[in-house]
Amino acid sequence: MDLFTATDISKQFSAHKALDKVSLTVKEGSIFGLLGPNGAGKTTFIRIINQIIAPDEGTLQFMGRKLIPTDVDQIGYLPEERGLYKKMKVGEQALYLAQLKGLSRAEAHKRLLYWFSNFEILGWWNRKVEELSKGMQQKVQFIITIIHQPKLLIFDEPFSGFDPINVNLLKEEILNLRNQGSTIIFSTHNMASVEELCDHIALIDQAKKILDGNVKEVKKTFATNTFEIRFNNFTGDIRSFLPEAWEITGEERDEDLRVTTVRLPSDCGPNDLLRLLIPHTTIHALNEIIPSMNDIFIRVVTQQEGAGNTSTETPSA
Amino acid sequence: MRKIWLIIKREYLTRVRKRSFIVMTILGPLLMAAIVVVPIYIATTTNETKRVAVIDETGLFYEKFKDSDNIKFHYLVSDIWSAKENFGKSGDYALLYIPRTEVALPTNALLYSNKQVNINVKSYIHNVMSKRVEDLKLEAQLRDIAKGESTPINVDDLLRSIKTSVDINTMKIGDDGKEEKSYTEVSMVLGMFTAILIYFFIFMFGTQVMRGVIEEKTNRIVEVIVSSVKPFQLMMGKIIGVAMVGLTQFLLWVALTFMIVTVVTSSFSSGSKVEKLQEKVINQPASGFNSHEVFNVPAQKESDEGVSEVFAAINSINFPVMIGSFIFFILFGYLMYAALFAAIGGAVDSEADTQQFILPITVPLLLAIILAQFIIQEPEGPVAFWLSMIPFTSPVVMMIRIPFGVPYWQVLLSMVLLLLGFLGTTWMAGKIYRTGILMYGKKLSYRELWKWIRY
Repeated sequence: MDLFTATDISKQFSAHKALDKVSLTVKEGSIFGLLGPNGAGKTTFIRIINQIIAPDEGTLQFMGRKLIPTDVDQIGYLPEERGLYKKMKVGEQALYLAQLKGLSRAEAHKRLLYWFSNFEILGWWNRKVEELSKGMQQKVQFIITIIHQPKLLIFDEPFSGFDPINVNLLKEEILNLRNQGSTIIFSTHNMASVEELCDHIALIDQAKKILDGNVKEVKKTFATNTFEIRFNNFTGDIRSFLPEAWEITGEERDEDLRVTTVRLPSDCGPNDLLRLLIPHTTIHALNEIIPSMNDIFIRVVTQQEGAGNTSTETPSA
Repeated sequence: MRKIWLIIKREYLTRVRKRSFIVMTILGPLLMAAIVVVPIYIATTTNETKRVAVIDETGLFYEKFKDSDNIKFHYLVSDIWSAKENFGKSGDYALLYIPRTEVALPTNALLYSNKQVNINVKSYIHNVMSKRVEDLKLEAQLRDIAKGESTPINVDDLLRSIKTSVDINTMKIGDDGKEEKSYTEVSMVLGMFTAILIYFFIFMFGTQVMRGVIEEKTNRIVEVIVSSVKPFQLMMGKIIGVAMVGLTQFLLWVALTFMIVTVVTSSFSSGSKVEKLQEKVINQPASGFNSHEVFNVPAQKESDEGVSEVFAAINSINFPVMIGSFIFFILFGYLMYAALFAAIGGAVDSEADTQQFILPITVPLLLAIILAQFIIQEPEGPVAFWLSMIPFTSPVVMMIRIPFGVPYWQVLLSMVLLLLGFLGTTWMAGKIYRTGILMYGKKLSYRELWKWIRY
């Protein structure tokens, strides 16, 4: 079932077009990665979901009906630009923000105690925020984001500012939340975490959606039919017994093994490659080179920029 | 509604618990009390004798002005013009001129001086004159009754019929011999005081709103909050919360000032004369301080005839209108300006950037305060009228005018215009605020702000 659907969302900031007919569908219980270079329009899109700003055009559907103002209580949002009141006590502040999301004071208190002890920061309840380390503040912010058990969670660059230990803790919690039924929208530059966590991605660049799909499928479509073969017992040029159309894209040595990458035409497969090589060499390994999300990202974005649309507009923050 | 209430509560509680709030709450009354108590102290310790020359054209007050401990009277047989000319050389403190009246008993006098006339001197003269006129009236009444020209009436009515309040206008004689009216009138004190109060309230708490907005922006918490509430709710919650803080502070100031003044003055009192003097001095400035003390005034009225002049002036002021308008103008003046301050806070990145935007909104208020002295001289003039209609200056200027008496339609029109001004600026501020709070590191210009309003 689709939890959230955006159809043809456009948003114009005076001379700058922030979003141009962007459509997205987020399935319930999935982790959705919203990718794109800086200033592509991701934050604008997220703010529209949070009803912080209104789109100029397009419709938003949430839980099968039109998105309404009170839905903000069903959404948890951790913005990229995030912070807390420095002079306010941690516990008091968490209570305040939880109540703003519609929880009663008693319920908020109960849940906060659970999460504070879970994250081992209960001792900081009565301390002022300015006394906390950055990582601890981030933990508090994370708790505040999820405390009202929202249907939809939106994290904008959630891992920036965390040390690796806390990044792992956070990833675990995010997966836990997903397993408990939350749907998560994830906006990030960190492609490694996208591959690790996301089921589905959409890539936005220059206000337009340029790629959308299941992570595995996206990767498959970007696979170039390139294989890496490790072999030895051959010192000549393997070029000599491969067909003209097959392209050797890399050659290196790994100890006594030769490592060669070969790009095959679309009508050939790894078996064809093996058939030609086995008579001459001892094969140790054969792998398909699947592009990482990082490669795909760079490729798509540079392609897009090369496609004539080289606007120099400075996007809004 | 629940959310806006949560915001108001937070704004209120975090501010009221701040050390600076507590310090200000204690310092404020000490300062105000000092303003009240120091003149008493000076009045009770200076024993300088003041000489007052009297020109009595009516002849009714001859020998009636008895010398007191520090006021000595002497009668001049000269016309008022030469007396005024010679005043500078005479070394007299003041010159009392009671002009001739044709039929009625004199109820007017002019008091010339080259400095502000002490309220004690003025009230002493007022007392003597009123007493004398009342005596004369009583004599005349009794004579009429004795002659059978008038029917006897009961004592209460009789006393009421002879009750007289004498107007003493003080005129200042400049060094060049020119005279100007000096405004020691209660209306003036009251008008100026309430106007300045409104001015300070708007500034103190308006900038607090602005700082609060900047704090939220620089702390980067604002986006977290606007994902739960509408930016407009956040802005209004803050403005209302800060208004409550201001109200609390003012009420505490009034209460504490009253306490301090009461304690200090009662510790002063060592003789009935001194006490009387204190009351006079206290009551005069206190009348302008706040509504509570003003309310108390009628009750004290009978207690001391010496200050009756002040009370007479106070009684001439329409207090329901005065208090009602004070509450209205301070409230909506603040709300209007606070919205503008919030918009500035939302637009800038740090307090250092606020200067260029604060200036244009402070100019109208500043202008109103600077022009106050002219408005007081001509509270019905066109400048006073128009400034009391324009919402940006009306909270201050209307309060200056009201003690002098303003037609109801003008007060109402001014209120309606202020209300519209409040709605307009708040709408505009809401738009700037909404866009501004999510913008960082943007170079701001007025054109940019105009764009935000039109988004």
